[in-house]
Amino acid sequence: MDWGFILERTISTMFGVEVMVFALAAVGLNVHFGYTGLLNFGQVGFLAAGAYGLGITVTYLSWSFWIGILFGVVYSIVLALILGLPTLRLRADYLAIVTIAASETIRLLVRWRRSKEITGGAEGIGEFADPFYDVSINPFSVGVRYEFGPFSYVGRDMWVLTVGWIVLILTVLFVKRLMSSPWGRTLKAIREDEDAARALGKNAYFYKLQSLMLGGVIGGMAGMLQVIQKGSIQPDTFNPVITFTIWAILILGGPGRTWSPVIGSMIYWTLIAFLENVLRDLPEGASETLEDTIGLSDFNISQVRFMLVGLGLLLLARYRPQGIFGSREEMALDDR
Amino acid sequence: MSGQSWRRMLPHPSQRSRALHMSTRASAMLILVLGAVFGVLMGAGSAGAQTDDSGPQAIFGQLDYEDVEVQEDIVVPGVIIEVDGVGTSETDDNGEFRIEVPGPGPYVVTLDVDTLPTSINLRNPENNPLNIQVREGSDQRVLFPLIEGEAGSGDDSGGVSFRRVAQLTAEGLKQGLYLAMAAIGLSLIFGTTGLVNFAHSELVTWGMLSSFFFNFYGLAGVIGFLAPLPPPFGGGVNLILAAVFGMLCGAALGYVLNRFIFRSARQAGVSLIAQMVMTIGLSILLRYFFLYLFGGSPRTFGDYAAQRAVSIGPIELTPKDIVAMSLSVVVLVAVASYLEMTKMGKAMRAVADNRDLAESTGINVERVITWVWVSGAALAAISGVFFGLDQVKWDFGFRILLLIFAAVTLGGLGKAYGALVGALIVGLAINLSTLVIDAEVKNMVALLILAVILLFRPQGILGQRERIG
Repeated sequence: MDWGFILERTISTMFGVEVMVFALAAVGLNVHFGYTGLLNFGQVGFLAAGAYGLGITVTYLSWSFWIGILFGVVYSIVLALILGLPTLRLRADYLAIVTIAASETIRLLVRWRRSKEITGGAEGIGEFADPFYDVSINPFSVGVRYEFGPFSYVGRDMWVLTVGWIVLILTVLFVKRLMSSPWGRTLKAIREDEDAARALGKNAYFYKLQSLMLGGVIGGMAGMLQVIQKGSIQPDTFNPVITFTIWAILILGGPGRTWSPVIGSMIYWTLIAFLENVLRDLPEGASETLEDTIGLSDFNISQVRFMLVGLGLLLLARYRPQGIFGSREEMALDDR
Repeated sequence: MSGQSWRRMLPHPSQRSRALHMSTRASAMLILVLGAVFGVLMGAGSAGAQTDDSGPQAIFGQLDYEDVEVQEDIVVPGVIIEVDGVGTSETDDNGEFRIEVPGPGPYVVTLDVDTLPTSINLRNPENNPLNIQVREGSDQRVLFPLIEGEAGSGDDSGGVSFRRVAQLTAEGLKQGLYLAMAAIGLSLIFGTTGLVNFAHSELVTWGMLSSFFFNFYGLAGVIGFLAPLPPPFGGGVNLILAAVFGMLCGAALGYVLNRFIFRSARQAGVSLIAQMVMTIGLSILLRYFFLYLFGGSPRTFGDYAAQRAVSIGPIELTPKDIVAMSLSVVVLVAVASYLEMTKMGKAMRAVADNRDLAESTGINVERVITWVWVSGAALAAISGVFFGLDQVKWDFGFRILLLIFAAVTLGGLGKAYGALVGALIVGLAINLSTLVIDAEVKNMVALLILAVILLFRPQGILGQRERIG
């Protein structure tokens, strides 16, 4: 086994595209759940809304890429309104039911054969992201591999990563600033005790709706960055497991804390990359033994990963609902 | 249990042949696509033809159609294919048929349309019977492209005829009855513990898959070396017996989940929200565990897979559907009388209504909750077996999660009878909706129902106002 190679590949993951995209999506979920206490189990729906808002504008309407970005944001807001208006007056678990159902419905809707003309159906959308890479301020050239010590990324990813991490850090700082404003403190008050917030004359319903929209837009940006990096939009990548991975990341880092989505995402993806790299690089005998006894092979390794996500979520929610770094006082996944 | 090993050690005959046919299946699909595009029969190119110098030549093929809902090819067994003057053959469990012919030359192949399952039709009815030419030295593949729904144009949603409405009502009733069994457990668990159990749909899959397992490998199948034992210990048992075992497995899983995960969580004071996140984690864990064991491709039970529909007035149903629907009515009546007449049933309703009040009248709430989990999971398992009569799949439960939740919310979260009423309405609504919309997106109607009910009557049809808080 080549530990140097395994470590090198693992370390590059730490600032890779997955970490960036999932951290941003988790920042959105943190606004929903960590600060407001909204149970959004359909965050992947916002990722899809952002991605398709961009893709449909560019390919179907043939408008510019930059207007597409704007539409990605608009679609996310619209989705938040559709989800929030009927449910936010009700007890928290109704939002959970509706969001989990809606995110799966979006996936079915975009891959529906009749929406093929607009959304590309099951094949999805391609060739919309070129203007992003063609901008004159992009200093990286496609095809060149950039190495900084143990980190190594291809040129195409370098530009996405640069923009993505800037967006991510600015978003985190913006959310941090916002949550210490009167508006943000009202959200936290609603999270702690909605009746008390209402008694103080705050319209909890509108605050929750605004929070759903803000977190949704951040989720939409994550979706846009993801499909810009991939260069294509595939409906089936927006499956519910993404949502649950984002939840695992948020709870890992600790809900309601500024940097927890970023830290959670780094821990999660580094761990996953390490496990996968080790399993793929096992000595010949060991990997054959694994395949013969429990049928584990390259083919179903990702299934084991999702099983671990589930187990991790189960154990974290049971034993450390405040996350690894969170404190019980700030966030204890309480009833509200 | 090392799941992969039982599959490897005891390959089912049809599974083995499926593996062998993997490459021909792939090419068959390619040809099917081309055939659909051009609407003509594709000759046996190098991809589909099997050169066989020694044996006699044959006409062969595979029947399948794309299920628009799950976007997968479903094979059609039990269809009779006839080659004029040579003989007939029935498609096997893989939808494959093979008829040996005396030599090269022209033949006429006919598909007996009456043997096709309900709602499956030929895409090009004018191409039946089919004139083909068998060439020297190679077997000839024939294609009968099938579609679900009306023949002719694929996206014709059909007119509103009495016959169609009656048929869809029957299918809606069928889906509603099966859904009801899955939904009652979810609703009662919510009523007694306040927990929204997102893993409930996995209990449906669990019942389906464990019955499949017993159906093929018997009681001893878990332990590979016991397989040679006579049935019912080795070699698979009849589906009816397997369904009973599946139900017991469902009850057992329900007991285990409550006893070892959620009871301790309740006692440790884990909040309901955290418990809900736990059920989500559990749901992913179970689902991908099922995928790991079972694999991604859909299968069918070993018994009653290919049945011909019988007509009852304007409605066509297979005998297995009729039996399963009657059984689910029996089960649901039994559940209702259990809730109405027995002490435990009354206690369940009492705890669901008001837990504190029930506890203060001397009801052992933990015992009630245990029984709710056990019976709810067993009901979900039966529902899984009945749904599995059409198709067995690793993520089936998750696919109907939306429907279960729509049913439970429509009826009123926490209300046993609410789940029943809600399930029937949801089943009927989504099936009848295909009169105007594509079958592919009919499940969206459930989401619409969910949104409307939350806007106008969030407590559900049978719920009380204070439940929604």
